[in-house]
Amino acid sequence: MSTAVDVLAADIQAPKLDYAALSPILILLGAACVGILIEAFVPRRARHFVQVVLSLVGLAAAFVAVVLVAQREVITAGGAIVIDGPALFLSGSIIVLGAISVLLMAERSLDAGGSFVAQAAVVAGSPPDRRLASEPTSHTEAFPLAMFALAGMLVFVSSNDLLIMFIGLEVLSLPLYLLCALARRRRLLSQEAAVKYFLLGAFASAFFLYGVALIYGYAGAVDLAAIHDAVNGSAANDALLFIGLAMLLIGLLFKAGVVPFHSWTPDVYQGAPTPVTALMAACTKVAAFGAILRVFYVAFQSTKWDWRPVLIGIAMLTMVVGAVLAVTQTDIKRLLAYSSIANAGFILTGVVALNDRGVSSTLFYLAAYGFTTIGAFAVVMLVRDADGEATHLSRWAGLGRRSPLYAGVMTLFLLAFAGLPLTSGFISKFAVFAAAIDGDAVSLVIVGVIASMVLAFPYLRVIVLMYLSDPAEDGPTVSVPGGFTAAALTIGVLATLALGVVPTQLLDLAGQAAQFVR
Amino acid sequence: MNGPWLPVLTALPLVGAIVLAFLPKGADRLAKLLALGWSLVVLVLTIVVCANFDPDGDRFQFVTSYTWIPQFGTRLAFGVDGIALVMLALIAVLTPIVLLASWHESGQGRRSVKTYYALMLALQTCMIGVFVATDVFFFYVFFEAMLVPMYFLIGSYGGPKRQYAAVKFFLYSLVGGLFMLASVIALYVVSVRELGEGTFAFDKLAGMDMSTTAGRWIWLGFFVAFAVKAPLFPFHTWLPDAGGQAPIGAAVLLVGVLDKVGTFGFLRYNLPLFPEASRFFAPLVIVLGIIGILYAALLAIGQNDMKRLVSYTSVAHFGFIAIGVFAFTTQGGSGAVLYMVNHGIATGALFLVVGFLIARRGSALIADYGGVGRLVPWIYGAFFVTGMASLALPMTNSFVSEFLVLLGVFSRNPVAGVVATLGIVVAALYVLWMIQRTMHGPTNPKLLEEGSPKWRDLSRREAWVIAPLLVLIIGLGVYPKPLLDVINPAVKATLTDVGQQDPQPSEVAGGNR
Repeated sequence: MSTAVDVLAADIQAPKLDYAALSPILILLGAACVGILIEAFVPRRARHFVQVVLSLVGLAAAFVAVVLVAQREVITAGGAIVIDGPALFLSGSIIVLGAISVLLMAERSLDAGGSFVAQAAVVAGSPPDRRLASEPTSHTEAFPLAMFALAGMLVFVSSNDLLIMFIGLEVLSLPLYLLCALARRRRLLSQEAAVKYFLLGAFASAFFLYGVALIYGYAGAVDLAAIHDAVNGSAANDALLFIGLAMLLIGLLFKAGVVPFHSWTPDVYQGAPTPVTALMAACTKVAAFGAILRVFYVAFQSTKWDWRPVLIGIAMLTMVVGAVLAVTQTDIKRLLAYSSIANAGFILTGVVALNDRGVSSTLFYLAAYGFTTIGAFAVVMLVRDADGEATHLSRWAGLGRRSPLYAGVMTLFLLAFAGLPLTSGFISKFAVFAAAIDGDAVSLVIVGVIASMVLAFPYLRVIVLMYLSDPAEDGPTVSVPGGFTAAALTIGVLATLALGVVPTQLLDLAGQAAQFVR
Repeated sequence: MNGPWLPVLTALPLVGAIVLAFLPKGADRLAKLLALGWSLVVLVLTIVVCANFDPDGDRFQFVTSYTWIPQFGTRLAFGVDGIALVMLALIAVLTPIVLLASWHESGQGRRSVKTYYALMLALQTCMIGVFVATDVFFFYVFFEAMLVPMYFLIGSYGGPKRQYAAVKFFLYSLVGGLFMLASVIALYVVSVRELGEGTFAFDKLAGMDMSTTAGRWIWLGFFVAFAVKAPLFPFHTWLPDAGGQAPIGAAVLLVGVLDKVGTFGFLRYNLPLFPEASRFFAPLVIVLGIIGILYAALLAIGQNDMKRLVSYTSVAHFGFIAIGVFAFTTQGGSGAVLYMVNHGIATGALFLVVGFLIARRGSALIADYGGVGRLVPWIYGAFFVTGMASLALPMTNSFVSEFLVLLGVFSRNPVAGVVATLGIVVAALYVLWMIQRTMHGPTNPKLLEEGSPKWRDLSRREAWVIAPLLVLIIGLGVYPKPLLDVINPAVKATLTDVGQQDPQPSEVAGGNR
């Protein structure tokens, strides 16, 4: 097996590329590049349509490619990319969830011109900026950016080598920073979100890279398998390993939105355009946890006694902090952000189980949670008043009376977040908790159960507001969703119910996909 | 008898609920009739099931199961023993009655009538499911799903403080349920280790060996969930709020059936699955039960709201049921199960009569009544009979069960038996005092002066609502044998699981299996 060291050596040979195995990544990158060309050559009026079609076709093609590759396990591109069960499952999840997010991004009937502003660089609050809010044009660059981000996520979860993983991290992060700044309404908040995300994300990337360097110093390689061997048999100084691992961990946990590296989440989720928030909450989470799984299960499995207690502590902290802070939120997007932090803790519960069941339950959780969370943000997009989305919770009072259907849909999502039976949330929680008890992390499950109790309260508060409170006089209206949002909502509802009632198929798939290739 | 009787019985009300949900807006009368008809079909089906149940046959009958989630080792497993069967019968009888009782109440305000009836039917599916599931996971699903329709029934159709009551109800139950979830998961992991494959099947789990520590911790998780549901002291504080704010129809189902899930859970899950832990914790439960009997009775005396008062009496009665269950005697156990049925009938009827009064006066406060007995003699009669059943007068159904429970407790633990008996005395006080303040004495002048709607006596609809329950109260008070015949074998089987025989004179309690 060639390692990164060999590649650095004098006689550089072109690595063999298994194009078939790499095809999902290549398709998405190709679609992104074509998207940029479209921006340059297609007339403005047609761009939105062409971009949407291109993105969806690209994602569909990538998904087909994933399905076709599914029977194989290969390590390719000079040992840098591995296509194994978890990589394929995660890629598939990212592509499907990404496609639903793209549907939300494509919606233009709710706000004239869609969720994105036409010129993000105009100074917020200036007269031209105010004019932009009502202009029916928008940044169609959002689509190629999203495609780049999704391609980066695929690289991130399939990388077999820490440097490639870093490249994946950057390719997925940079477009997201930009996308955060593109909200049509509340420009200042959106720009603030982008800057915060960018600054903190840059720090996290630096930590990650520094960690890679230290681990290279310890193991003499950045290849995950080589690191595994080194950890098993090396007499080198452990300090390098542990400091490196800790820094690597900071970079990964930041992307996953885990306490204490979570503080960007609520601000960014609130400020970013809601379709982008949905993309981040679903796909970025899948990608980040995919990478965490791979790093720990492939490279550092044998030193688990050193890092597992730390990760257990972090998971506990994440669940508790996320749940407690969610209670005090008054903005629905921030509430969902804290809920996503707490959910990151539940997912970590599956990760630290450190058995096959842990991998498969984490995979299932990520996919199931993604569908529900995108659905929830889609409902957020629908509740609007004159200033755009009405995200303050007090504005949601009496929504059930105004629009029983969408309030009912939101209730379903909230009950799924709360983990009630017959929703996907219950099966997911059950799976990760069972894995954790099986992995002798009983304390974690107890904290998880307590966090679930606390977390039930904010969800319930929203349900109470929607159904049991009287609607405000000047309250927001619930817009009738256009075809794209309706499709996204329908998929969210169906997936949440189906994965709660008949989860067998996906559990099976996740179970089969639980073997990492080293 | 074979065939998918129980799955059909479980799914039928849900189908009805879905049909109701798709009715056009305005078709209130159709919705009511449809719901009532539907519940009568369920009643007929239940009667067929009951008629074909063989009391001397297998412990579980009508057993059917379907694959569900093989990865978790859980199946859609159905089956009833005698205990579940009598609860099924109670549900089937109470549901059409409360639907009929809600005829006018649900139409008030802007709330949708058809939604109310749809929720009621959905609730019936969950209630049936809880009792017929013989797979712990499947049971848990119904146990939690039950909260959702009840939450909306209280929250959307309840009294002035309905939001508070609904949220409190939901959070209490959910918290209890999550403790149970932890235990259910732990049970699964234990089954993986002990049996080689994960399973939730009741019969496989019941014979499983388990370490003492694990057994006790898992027992506690189940216990907390059931104690919140039942509710036992000190987990009871949600019930007076929920019962006091719920619309009458939902309140009857809440205390009549939903709360029985807790005591049923003790019998079905705590005792057979964790015999050692059950014996270990039995004194604790008995103490909690006795505190509940006396404390709730005292609180009931102090209530000025009739619905809250009835809710508190229920807490006291659940204390009786709990000590009956944990006395580990056939009499105590059978008495407890019979009590579960009788309490559903008697307290349900009491709630309904209180509802009749509220429908006329528009208030649940005792002080707003007085001397009403003279105005509405038939309602007074119904109130009196149900009140007597509630305080367990001989010849009413509750007497038999309360007597059996006390007998069973006394033979195991005389002190507990004596203290619990005090509860009967206090019960007489709160019931009689409520009747006296509302029905007897000079008519409250406020009732007549303000030109409020005339006091009509029992309407024909109301007579249909209350008559079956009155018949059952007297009938089961005189001749409880049919029920006991069904209950006894199931209770004996449960006690065998716990490894307890009825104490002989001079024998020390606590044998080994």
